[in-house]
Amino acid sequence: MRILKLIFKNTLRHKLRSSLTILGIAIAVIAFGLLRTVVTAWSVGVEAASADRLITRHSVSFIFPLPLSYRDKIEQIPGVDEVSFSNWFGGVYKDKNNFFARMAVRDNIFDVYPEYAVPKDQLDIYDKERNSCIIGKDIAEKYKLKPGDIISMEGDIYPGQWDFVVRGIYQPKYKTTDGTQMFFHWDYLNERMTKEMPGRANDVGWYIIKIKDPSQSAVISEKVDALFKNSPAETKTETERAFNQGFLASTSAIITAMDVMSFMIIGIIMLVLGNTMIMASRERTREYAVFKTLGFSGKHMVGLILGESMFISCLGSFVGLMLVFPIVASFEKFIPKAFFPVFYIEPITLILAVSAALLIGVAAAIFPIQRVLNTKIVEGFRFVG
Amino acid sequence: MSEIIEVQNVSKSYWRDSLEISVLHNISLKVNEGEFLALMGPSGSGKTTLLNLIAGIDRPTKGKLIVAGTDIASLGESALAKWRSASVGFVFQFYNLIPVLTAFENVELPLLLTKLSKSERRKHVEATLDIVGLGDRIHHYPKQLSGGQEQRVAIARAIVTDPVLLVADEPTGDLDRTSAEEILTLMERLNKEFNKTILMVTHDPHAAQRARIVRHLEKGDLTEGDNHENIKAHI
Repeated sequence: MRILKLIFKNTLRHKLRSSLTILGIAIAVIAFGLLRTVVTAWSVGVEAASADRLITRHSVSFIFPLPLSYRDKIEQIPGVDEVSFSNWFGGVYKDKNNFFARMAVRDNIFDVYPEYAVPKDQLDIYDKERNSCIIGKDIAEKYKLKPGDIISMEGDIYPGQWDFVVRGIYQPKYKTTDGTQMFFHWDYLNERMTKEMPGRANDVGWYIIKIKDPSQSAVISEKVDALFKNSPAETKTETERAFNQGFLASTSAIITAMDVMSFMIIGIIMLVLGNTMIMASRERTREYAVFKTLGFSGKHMVGLILGESMFISCLGSFVGLMLVFPIVASFEKFIPKAFFPVFYIEPITLILAVSAALLIGVAAAIFPIQRVLNTKIVEGFRFVG
Repeated sequence: MSEIIEVQNVSKSYWRDSLEISVLHNISLKVNEGEFLALMGPSGSGKTTLLNLIAGIDRPTKGKLIVAGTDIASLGESALAKWRSASVGFVFQFYNLIPVLTAFENVELPLLLTKLSKSERRKHVEATLDIVGLGDRIHHYPKQLSGGQEQRVAIARAIVTDPVLLVADEPTGDLDRTSAEEILTLMERLNKEFNKTILMVTHDPHAAQRARIVRHLEKGDLTEGDNHENIKAHI
C-alpha cells in the first residue's frame, strides 16, 4: 500500500506536467477512438454483410444493368434459396443535400434482408400498394416522416416526378445495420420505364441471391457466372462482403491513411509519456540511489517507475474513454447520416485504446527503468540533475 | 569485543575513459563492535569511498571486506541489497529524505522490506522517532522541518531496523553549529545507550572529537589515528 501511495504521490509531484501528460493521453485516446470509429463506420457495410448472400452484377461495372430474365435462371441453380434484386434509383428529395439510398426492389427483399425489421401489418399494406415505400427509422426521424406521408422526388437516373407513400418504417436489427435506406416496389419503377423509356424496361441493377449453405458460395457463384458466359450481359457473382469491399476499394487509401494516423497518435503519445517519465526519473536519480541503499531491489525500482507510468497512462486513457463517447455522439450529429449510417464506437476500439494505454505505460517506462537499474548507487548520489 | 568490520588490503580504482584513478591503496582496518570511529581527511582522500565500500554500496577493486560477519565483496547485487537492509543504517550529509513522504513514512521505508505488520511497523517508527526527539513531528513533510530535524528523521530511518552498523557521511556538514551538536549528541547516545557501531566520515574536527577513535586518510592511504589532543589542535 505504501508503495502504491508513493507512486501516487510521485505522480502528483509536478502537477502541471502530470496533468498535461494525462490530458495529452486523453486527447490521443479520443482522437484514436474517433478515427477508428470513422474507419469502422466506413467499412460497416463489409462488417454487416451476411455470409449467405451473394451479389450478382454486370461483369463490366455495377452501373450496367442486367436483364430481368436472369432471375428465373438463377433460381434454378441448386443451393439457391431465394433471389431478389435491386435498382439504384437516385433522385432528389427536396434538396440535393438530402442524400440517402433509394432502391427499387423486388417484393421479397425483406425475406432476403431479415435485418431490416418491418412490422407485419406495415409490410402487408406495403405489399398491396404500387407506390408505397418503406424507409429506415433514421430517415423517418431525420425528415419527420411517418406512415401515410408522401415522399415526392425529382428523378435523375429515372427522370420525372415520383411520389411514394410511406407505408412502413423498418428498424435496424443489429448495430451495424443501416437505418437510412428507402425501399419501394421495382414493379412501380418498371411500369413507368415500360411506358416512358421502353429501352430501360426490365432492367435490374443487381441480383441478391440467398444461398442455403454459405460454404457453397464459391461454387454457386461460379455456376451463376457460367450461366451467362458469352451473353451480352456477362455477370460477376461474389459474396456480399466482397461486393461491399469493392465499394470501399476506391477509398481504401483514405481508410489506410486514417488507420495509420490512429496508430501514429499512439506512437506520439508514447514519446510524450516517455519524455515525462525520463524527466521524472532523472530528477529522482538521488532518491532511487537512496532506495537502493536502503535495500530496495531492482524489482522495486521497476515497480515504482512502471507503476507511475502505468498510473499516468491508465488515468489518461480513462479520462479519454469517458470523453470519447459524448464526443463521438456529438460528432455523429454533424456528419450526414447517409454517409455514415452506422456510427458507433466498436468494443474492439475500446479494447485497442485500453491495450494501447497499457502498452504506452510499459513502453514509456523502459528507458527510465533501464537507466535507474544501470546507475550505480554511488553514481546516483553524485548525480546533479 | 568482537570485530564488526574487517577491511583486508582493500584497493579501489575508478576508470575515467582510459585513465585509471586509484582512490584507495591497500587499506586494512579493523573496527570492534560498539565502536564510534571517525574517518577524517581532506577532500579526495578516499574517506567516502571507504565508507561506501564498508556499507556495501560500492565494490572494491581488490581485497576483502568482512562486515557483520559477511564477506560482502562476494555477495551478488540482490544479496548485497538484502544485507544492507538488515545490517546497515545510512546517514547522509544532505539527509536524502523522500520529499513526498512524511517523517513517519520516510522512517517506515526500510521496514517495508521486512515482514512486520502495519501495526508493528507503526510501533517501531513511533518509538524510533521518539528516540530522535521527533515524536511530535511524525506527519510533517521534510520541507516542513529544519535541517537538524531532517537529519534526525534520517537517523531515525537509519536505525529503525536496528542495524548493527551505522554509517554517516558528513552528517553535520549541512547544519549550523547548534543543530550539528544535537546530531552528534544523538549519535553519541546511539553509540553508548544502544551500542550501535558508528562509522562517521567528517571534515569537522568538532564532530570527530565525539568519536572514540579517529583515523585519517591521506591520498588513499590510512594513517595512524590522531588522538583527541591532536584533533583539538585542529579546532
